[in-house]
Amino acid sequence: MKYFGLIWHNIWRKKVRTSLTILSVLVAFLMYTLLNAVGHAMSGGGSLESARRLVVLDKISLVNLLPISYQSKIAAIPGVRNVTHSTWFGGYYQDPKNQFAQFPVVPEEYLKIYPEFVLPDEQMQGFLNNRTGAIVGSTLADKYGWKVGDRVPIQATIWTRKDGGRTWEFDIEGIFHTTDPKGQDAIMLFRYDYFDEARQFGQGLVGWYIVDLDDGADPVAVSNAIDNEFANSPRETETSTEQAFAASFAEQLGNIALIVQLILGAVFFTLLLVTGNTMAQSVRERIGELAVLKTVGFRDGTVLGIVMAESVLIMSIGGALGLILGWILMQGLSKAFAAIIGTGLFLSAGAWIGAALIVVVAGIAAGIFPALHAMRLSIVDALARG
Amino acid sequence: MSDVLAELRGVSRVYQKGKERVEVLHELDLEIPAGDFLAIMGPSGSGKTTLLNLLGGLDRPSAGTVTVGGATLPSMSNNQLSNWRSTHIGFVFQFYNLLPVLTAQKNVELPLLLTSFDSKERASRAAIALDIVGLSDRAKHTPRELSGGEEQRVAIARAIVSDPTLLLCDEPTGDLDRETADEIMKLLQILNSEHGKTIVMVTHDAQAADYANRTLHVDKGKLESRAAA
Repeated sequence: MKYFGLIWHNIWRKKVRTSLTILSVLVAFLMYTLLNAVGHAMSGGGSLESARRLVVLDKISLVNLLPISYQSKIAAIPGVRNVTHSTWFGGYYQDPKNQFAQFPVVPEEYLKIYPEFVLPDEQMQGFLNNRTGAIVGSTLADKYGWKVGDRVPIQATIWTRKDGGRTWEFDIEGIFHTTDPKGQDAIMLFRYDYFDEARQFGQGLVGWYIVDLDDGADPVAVSNAIDNEFANSPRETETSTEQAFAASFAEQLGNIALIVQLILGAVFFTLLLVTGNTMAQSVRERIGELAVLKTVGFRDGTVLGIVMAESVLIMSIGGALGLILGWILMQGLSKAFAAIIGTGLFLSAGAWIGAALIVVVAGIAAGIFPALHAMRLSIVDALARG
Repeated sequence: MSDVLAELRGVSRVYQKGKERVEVLHELDLEIPAGDFLAIMGPSGSGKTTLLNLLGGLDRPSAGTVTVGGATLPSMSNNQLSNWRSTHIGFVFQFYNLLPVLTAQKNVELPLLLTSFDSKERASRAAIALDIVGLSDRAKHTPRELSGGEEQRVAIARAIVSDPTLLLCDEPTGDLDRETADEIMKLLQILNSEHGKTIVMVTHDAQAADYANRTLHVDKGKLESRAAA
C-alpha cells in the first residue's frame, strides 16, 4: 500500500491518455455485463436439480404441439402437485413492432402454479366470468396505457380465427404484478377455452405443460418419469427447467452463447492491445525516472511490481466503472428484454467473479511486457538516455 | 581525515561498442577517507561518471575491486546492491531527476518507501531534509513549479533523507547559473562539514571544485594528478 501514491500519480501522468484508456476498458466491461446478462438469460442458467417448476415440451421441436390428454397423465405421476398448460400465441398490438408474449391458459390452474402473479380478487373474478377476458402484467399496462375495462385488439401471426380473421379482441379484466424480484410481468394471459373454441385449427392441442413439484420431490426423477410416460408415443416429450425452456426459444436466433463469447473475446483482445500500448508508452516516457527509482534502491522486482500495479489499477478503475454502468443499464433494460423473451436480465455470481478475474488477468497481460522492460533496465544506460 | 570509506584497487572498466573495445577506466587506484569532499574533474569521456557509477554500485568493474564502507561491491547481487544503495548512498544528478508527478515532499520521501517507516515517519523525515536544504515552504510544489536551484535542493534533500554515509554528485551545478551554483555548493559544503557526509562530486566547473577539500583529475581513464584545494 505504501507504493499506492506513487502508482496513482504515475497513471495520471498523461490524464487524457489514461482517461481514454479507462474509457475503453469501461466500454469493454459494459459490454461484458450486458452481453453476459443477455447470454445468461438466453442460455438458461438453472439446473434441473434445483428446479421447482418443470416444463414439458415436444421432444422434436417446441413448434410441435402436445395433446391436451397428456395433462391428466402428467398429473398422475408421483411428485407432481399441479400441472397446467400454455401455448405461444405470437400476436402483436397495433404494430408488428409491439410484440410481447401472450398465452392462452386455464386461469385457476396457471395462477396456482405462478403464485408470484398477484391481482385483486375482484379482477380475478372478472377474468373467470368473461370468456374473452384477459389479464395483463403491470409493465404491459403501463407501456400501452391499458386499464381494466379496455377492449384490446391483438393481431395474430399464427392463430387464425374460425371466421378467417386474425384479429382477436380481449377485454382487460385485470392487471397483475409479480412479487418475484427477478421475474417479469410483461405478458398477457387469456382463456384457453375461448382460444381453443375460436381458433381455426389445433383444437385439443397445447404448446407445453408446466409442472409444479411436490415439496421434496426429486426434479430429475419426475422429469424422467414424465418423459418415460410418453416414450414411444407419436408425441414424445422432453422435460426441462423453465430457464432451459426460455433458452430453447432464444436458440432459434442462433448459438447465442457462442456469439456472446466471440464478441467478448474480440473486445478483450482489443482491450489488451490498447492498454498494453498505453503502458508501453508510459514506460518509454519515463526511462530516466525508472532509473532514478533503481538508483535510490528500488529493486528490479519492485519496479516490475509498480508498473504491473499501474496496469491492473487502470483496468480495475475502468472495469469497476463499466460494471457499475452495465448494472444500472441492465436494470433499465431488464423489463424491456423480458417483454421480448420472457425472462429478465441478470448477472450471475460467476459472471461477477469472472469480471474480477478478467480485471486482474488482463491487467497483468497488458502490463507484463512493459513491466519486464522496466525491470531489465540498466541503470547506467537508462540514466544516460533519460 | 579519518578511516578510508571507499577504496578502488586496480579498477578497469571496458565497454564493448560493436566490435570496438573501449577502456573507460584503466587500472585505477583511489582511496576516499570518511568525511572527505572530493571533486573529480576531467574532460568529457574521461571516465568521471563511470568512476562515480562504480562507487555507487550502479556499474561493475571489468577488473579490480571497489570497496565502500567495508562492502565489496562487485561481489554483491543486484538486489544486495539495491538494498545497500538505499541505506548507504545518496545520489545527486545534473538534471535533478525528480519525478514530475510528485510534490517536492513526496520526491524526498521516495527512498524512505524502501524502509519500514510508516507514512507519518516518512513525512517527518522528509520535512527535516527539506528544512536542511531550506525548502520547507516549497514542500507541496511539484518540480515544474520550482526553479532549477530549488529542484536541485529537493534532489539533495532526497539524497540525504536516508542519512547515507556517501553522497555522489554528478555535475550538480551543470544546469545552474553561477549564483545558484554557488548556493548549491555551499549547501554541499555544509552537508560535508556540519553533517559529516562524505561527498564525491564529478564536475567540469573549476569554481564548484574549489568548494571541495581536494580535486582529482581523470583523463583517458587514469588519475592524472592530485591537488589540494
